[in-house]
This record gives sequence, structure tokens and C-alpha cells, in this order.
Amino acid sequence: MVVHLFGTKTPGNLFTFNCNDGYLEAIVRGFRSGILSASDYNNLVQCDNLEDMKLHLSQTDYGDFLANEAGPIHTTTIQERCTDKLVNEFNNIRNQAVEPLSTFLDYITYGYMIDNIILLITGTLHERDTVELLEKCHPLGTFKSMASLSVANNVSDLYNNVLIDTPLAPYIQGALSEEDLDEMNIEIIRNTLYKAYLEDFYRYCQALGGETETYMCEILAFEADRRAINITINSFGTDLSKDDREKLYPALGHLYPAGSARLAKADDVDQVTRIVSEYGQYRGIFNEVAANQEKSLEDAFYEHEVKLNRTGFDTQFGYALFYSYTKLREQEVRNIVWIAECISQGMKSKVNHYIPIF
Amino acid sequence: MATPNSTIEWGIDFTHYDPRAYFLATIDPVAWAALGCYIAMGLSGVGAAWGFSIIGSSLMGAAVKAPRIRSRNLVSIIFCEAVAIFGIIVALMTSTKIGSNTSTAYNTGFYAMTYSSGYKLFWSGVVTGGCGLFSGLCVGVVGSGCALADAQNPVLFVKVLIVEIFGSAISMFGLIVSIVFTTKAQIGAS
Repeated sequence: MVVHLFGTKTPGNLFTFNCNDGYLEAIVRGFRSGILSASDYNNLVQCDNLEDMKLHLSQTDYGDFLANEAGPIHTTTIQERCTDKLVNEFNNIRNQAVEPLSTFLDYITYGYMIDNIILLITGTLHERDTVELLEKCHPLGTFKSMASLSVANNVSDLYNNVLIDTPLAPYIQGALSEEDLDEMNIEIIRNTLYKAYLEDFYRYCQALGGETETYMCEILAFEADRRAINITINSFGTDLSKDDREKLYPALGHLYPAGSARLAKADDVDQVTRIVSEYGQYRGIFNEVAANQEKSLEDAFYEHEVKLNRTGFDTQFGYALFYSYTKLREQEVRNIVWIAECISQGMKSKVNHYIPIF
Repeated sequence: MATPNSTIEWGIDFTHYDPRAYFLATIDPVAWAALGCYIAMGLSGVGAAWGFSIIGSSLMGAAVKAPRIRSRNLVSIIFCEAVAIFGIIVALMTSTKIGSNTSTAYNTGFYAMTYSSGYKLFWSGVVTGGCGLFSGLCVGVVGSGCALADAQNPVLFVKVLIVEIFGSAISMFGLIVSIVFTTKAQIGAS
């Protein structure tokens, strides 16, 4: 029963967790009960147009979030407002968090930051307008030196003035140099950064220990495996060599190291299926995809991710639920946008292909 | 160490044991009893306060989205408070026993009784304090779970409350043992 009074570096155990993080955990559990349920989705699916959807959503936790929108609603508006709600809740929690929860929440945002940085690099290379670029960035992944973006005219300015000031600087400096940013394929840059980020996050969760480690390491292991499988499948038919491909696999997960080594040598999707099906956790995913023609591998991965994130709420006194809540809300936004698109384009037959969460 | 001139000097009886061998016996029994009084109240207070803090943060956070849980989850707080009350009962009983008749305490007839009372009062305080500390912690952890469960599903409140009642019973057992000890203790003539 050790009590860390000052400079806590690990989340408290059974008796000391609530001192620093109990209030925020309870608030996130309150948010969780606002995630749309099966009956809400039933109502949404039966809507005829987006105005109906707006009416049904106003009776859920979303409330009058579309009330100030002028004119007819578009699906992009719905997506932006839903994301705004998630961002507001996340920032609410982030502003009240103390160490080590604040570092954990920062790690959650780094994933979005990587997407934003790739967007900025691509935009700068093609000389787009900076204001336009900033509008397209994901709000959860903003960083302070974004304001100095307009100063950067070419990629080397971007690297020296903007990117080095971000929290992702260690990942960038470790893996990429100025020349790489200009020459390397943008997707390879994205995957290199994401690999470094995942490994760092995994190490941090292991250092936190306790309940956090138990649930987060499981979730992150699946994330790493999913990326490895996607990289492999997407690289068939491109000129990415097998060595380069192997360098992009994160050094964690159930598939690492034996499965990753075999994946690196795979040549087609059947081989990949055979390799991955040997791992019990993933056999079900590929079987489902084979059995169901309408379900893509991506959908099956999303379903598995939702299943793992649901377990994040299973115990008290851990940080996994903060990560799980963010991801589940994101999935909910994807679901709502999918339903909205199906309704607005008149493809009601596909409207049931959202991923149920609770 | 200097030896006293007579066998009963410094208020200590040297005919039965050598204080150079039994240091603990040289501590005055009233000191033991007063220490027991502090431990009873102090540790029970720590347990109750720790329990309050664990419940309070969870209750406040959960009540943001589910305000209906506010009033009925205060029952958890009452269970924590009971732990502190048991501590003060024992502390008051102990202090009453100490205050009675210390003038006759070291007279020959009451000597043995005084010494044994000192030990009884000390350990009765430790029993209550120890039980109260862990009972307060238990009620705190379960109470925080109760608030969070109630916010999700109102049916769960009564079920989790039963667990809390058993947690609170632990400090009551400590109280009972202490009362049995304390009533037998007597410092000086009655």
C-alpha cells in the first residue's frame, strides 16, 4: 500500500487512483453512457432524410448540435459537428488532467498529429494555401507551432521551423532527415512515424503498469498487427521491396517477431490469410471475411477494434477507458456519417453496415 | 544503569523482575493506555477520511451525467462515517478508564490490575484502529464502484450496497472486541 504523494509517475493503485484521476474517470464513464445504443441506431436507420436524422439525434446525447446550421444539412456538416463534440469532451478531460494522465492523453493525440503533419507536408510540397490546410487538419491533433506554418515555403523550412517544435520531433528525428521528406513516398513517411509512435506508446503503457498495462497493451498489440497486415496487403503490386516493407512493421503485437518475418515474405492475400489465421485471435476475422461477401477486411478490423475497446471499460483504476472512449466515439461518428451518406444517396440497402458499439 | 535504593522506587516494582532485562515493563501503564486511545481514534480517522476521499471524487464525476445518484449514494458516506464513530467510542471509553483513581493506582493491592489494564487498553485501541483503517478503505473502494455502477444502471445500487454493508461490519467487530477488553480494564480503585 505505497502512497505516492508528490510527483506521481504511475497511476495509483486501488487506494490512491481516485486522488488524482477519480473524477475524470467518473466523467468519462458518464460520457460512455451517452454513446448511441442499438435502439438509437434503429431510429436513425429508418430516417428518410437528413432532417429526420437531425431530429432523432437531438433526442440523444448529441442534443441540438446542428441547431445553428443554416440551410440544408450536408453529411460533411454532420461529420464536422459530431467530431467537434468529441473534441470538446476530450479537451475538457485533457485540461483537467494531471501527470501521468496528461501524458497518456497526449499520446492519444499523437496519432492524429501524425495525420495532420502528413497533410501539411503534402500541402507544402504541392504549394497549397496554408489556411485551407489548417482547416482540413483534425482538431485533436493540433500543435502549437501550427501557427508558424505560413512561414514555411518549402519542405526544408517546414522541417527546421515547424516539425522540430512538435511533440513528434523525437519520432521525426529518429527516422527521417530533410532529404527523406522530399524524396520518400508520403505513405512510407506516415507509416514510419506511426511505427515509432506505436512503439513509444506501448513502452509508456508498460511503464505505467497495473490495469492500464493489461488493457492498453492488448489494444495496441492489435493496432500494430492490423497495420502490419494492411501494409502487406496494400504493398502487393507496388514497387515497395520486401525489406522496406519489413522495416515498416511495428516491433510489437502478437504477430511480432515470427509472424512479421513471414508476412514480409508473403506474395499474395492467400498467403497472408494463411499466416495470420494461425494466430487464434485473428482466425475469426479472416473466416468472417471469407464467409460474408459484403464484409470487407477493414470492416472486420473495425469490429474487432470495437470489441477490444469495449473491454477498456471493464475495470476501475486504469487509464484504458480514456483511450477506448475516444476510439469508440470516433467509430460512432463514422457510423453516423455512413448512415447519413446511405440515406442522402438513396442506398438504403447498405444502411445496416454500420458497426454496432454497445 | 543505576539501581534504586529500595525495591519500590520510581513507582516500579523491582521485586518481580529486573528492569534492565524487561525494558517495556518500565513504561508506565497510563502511557500505554493513552497511546491506545490515540491509535483507536487516529487510525479509524485515517481509514474513514481515506474512504471519504475515494468515494467523493467518483461520486462527483458520476453525478455530472446522472444527477439522480446524488442523494442516495450519500449512504456510502454514512458507512464511512460509522467507522470513525466506532473509533471515538473506544477512545472515549479508554479515556474514562484512565481518568479514574490514578492516586490509588500504584498502591500494592491495585498494582497488578493497573499494569494489566494498561496493556488491555493499548491493544484494544490497536484492534479498533487497525480494523477501522482497513474497513474505511474497503467501504471507500466499494462505494466508488457503487456510484459508478448506479450511474449506468439504477438496479445495481442496492446490490453493491450489500457488499458495502459487509465492509462496514469489519470495524464493528473491532469495536466489539475493544469494548470487551475495555470494560475489564481498571486503573486504581473502582
